[in-house]
Amino acid sequence: MTGNVWVVADHWKGSISDTTYEVLALGRGLADSLGVRLEAVLFGHGVQELSASLGVADAVLYVDHPALADATGEQTSRALASLASTRSPATILVPITNVNWDLLGLLPARIGAPLINFCRNAAVTDGTLQVSCLLYGGKMEVAVATGPGPVVLAVLPGARSADEGRSDAAPAVEEVSVELADDSRVRLIDFEEPEAGDVDISQQDVLVSVGRGIGTEADLEVAEELADALGGAVCGSRPVIDQGWLPLVRQVGKSGVTVKPRLYVAAGISGAPEHIEGMRDAETIVAVNTDADAPIFSVAHYGIVDDAADVLEALAESVRKRKG
Amino acid sequence: MKILVLMKMVPDIVEELEVAGDGTSLDQEYLRFIVNERDDYALEQALILKDRLGATVSVVAPEAPEVDDVLYAALAKGADRVTKVSGIAENTGTRSTAATLAATLSSIPDALPADLVLSGCQAIDDLDGFIAPLLAESLDLPYLGLVSRLTVDAGTAVASKEYAGGVMGRYEVTLPALIGIQGCEKPPRYVPIAKVRAAMTSGDIETVAATSGPDTTQLQVAAMAKPTEAGHAEMLEGSVPDVAEKVADILADRGLL
Repeated sequence: MTGNVWVVADHWKGSISDTTYEVLALGRGLADSLGVRLEAVLFGHGVQELSASLGVADAVLYVDHPALADATGEQTSRALASLASTRSPATILVPITNVNWDLLGLLPARIGAPLINFCRNAAVTDGTLQVSCLLYGGKMEVAVATGPGPVVLAVLPGARSADEGRSDAAPAVEEVSVELADDSRVRLIDFEEPEAGDVDISQQDVLVSVGRGIGTEADLEVAEELADALGGAVCGSRPVIDQGWLPLVRQVGKSGVTVKPRLYVAAGISGAPEHIEGMRDAETIVAVNTDADAPIFSVAHYGIVDDAADVLEALAESVRKRKG
Repeated sequence: MKILVLMKMVPDIVEELEVAGDGTSLDQEYLRFIVNERDDYALEQALILKDRLGATVSVVAPEAPEVDDVLYAALAKGADRVTKVSGIAENTGTRSTAATLAATLSSIPDALPADLVLSGCQAIDDLDGFIAPLLAESLDLPYLGLVSRLTVDAGTAVASKEYAGGVMGRYEVTLPALIGIQGCEKPPRYVPIAKVRAAMTSGDIETVAATSGPDTTQLQVAAMAKPTEAGHAEMLEGSVPDVAEKVADILADRGLL
């Protein structure tokens, strides 16, 4: 008999992540196609109430253990491997999030199953799971056919709509115990909130976002000029933050802030999946990049293939003229 | 303190990528290789710890086009020893590569045991896993990834892992350990080309042959292509002032001016 489809429920600061609901929607379709059950797996300590929103699944396997309170990959991968060894799921879907990062890294070896990374879609064709993944910063898509054994899919944000994975139905919750030693060599000390910045970019209507392709730190000035002209703020993608050109609180994407402004100008940003997950829901996206193949153009509404700094400068001028 | 840094080369995605004739891999002909950016941060983190606490830093990388330049640059920046591992076939998956590296490290003089092993926590071609945690598992070392701050004191590392919204989780990690690096307190240091040339003259890249690891799991890629997207931007063409005017028109129409 074919094993069930599992979705690892990701939670952070007391809430199930949107990506989890997206992956539940994907898992629901796969389970229905395969004629098996969809089970959500929830790890933690004292978080059973989070299972209430996982009703798209046929059941929730809730694993409560003090050693899982800090959600270190060291412990969650052990717990998941232990659970999988007794239940034999066929497909384990794990949302790619910062919380799950180490779990994903350690799981393949501990569970003895292949991992397929950066999945953007999966479907069942003739009884076989076909997976498509984004590689090379989103510039190539590969199709991977899975074999007969169990497989772990690391799923990118955006695979489905989160709303499809939400349900008011009360799921059947089964509490499952696992043996875990409380001797982890990785121990949480605390969480540090970022220092409050002068601007909360999640609250801005207009964002001018700069990436590596803007050129140099000096070119940030034209981004500031455009943001001033539009009444918005400047933010950036990872490489710009890594360079120290902008503070961490201005980073958009996986380790940064998720933004939904009315206007998002992406200047010199190629559009790696980690960035797109933080801005894809902006109302209007204008992207400027010298690379016509940049993945950012697949989510932007308007695109320009040209030098980002030059275009920002000219646009700031046009906006200022119109505003008088 | 002994620090081992693992680095690897990846295709430079600033260049145009083309699919090879087999339809399942990248066309190597025009491919340019650069060091995996996160590995460059791992080296920087190692050198920062060396500057602060004193350490020997060894760098190991699989043989690949342009890897010598990266290894000489590592020597010029302050690495003490650099080694390349030959014989890992092109298109070997991450999982098999990690197993091979784990098996090979024991034959590299002075590589192990190390107090700290650092490597980038991800790469753009990691289709079947990430090198750092797979290696940690093979070497039975504790692992923490997505780390962008790291200090070491009395046999324990304090590592800050990135979470959403700029939150950092601070973890105590018992050494020896393998840490997957995402960032660093400062960008990788610049090294003048003259110092790299000097390293080419005076420094040695040691070469060791790969020892196959026990895990040869390999995913079968059925097809590779440029992504097919549900949507694509409406492209605006013309001179810079022309496209700026077009964008301004659109913003005005959408009530954004």
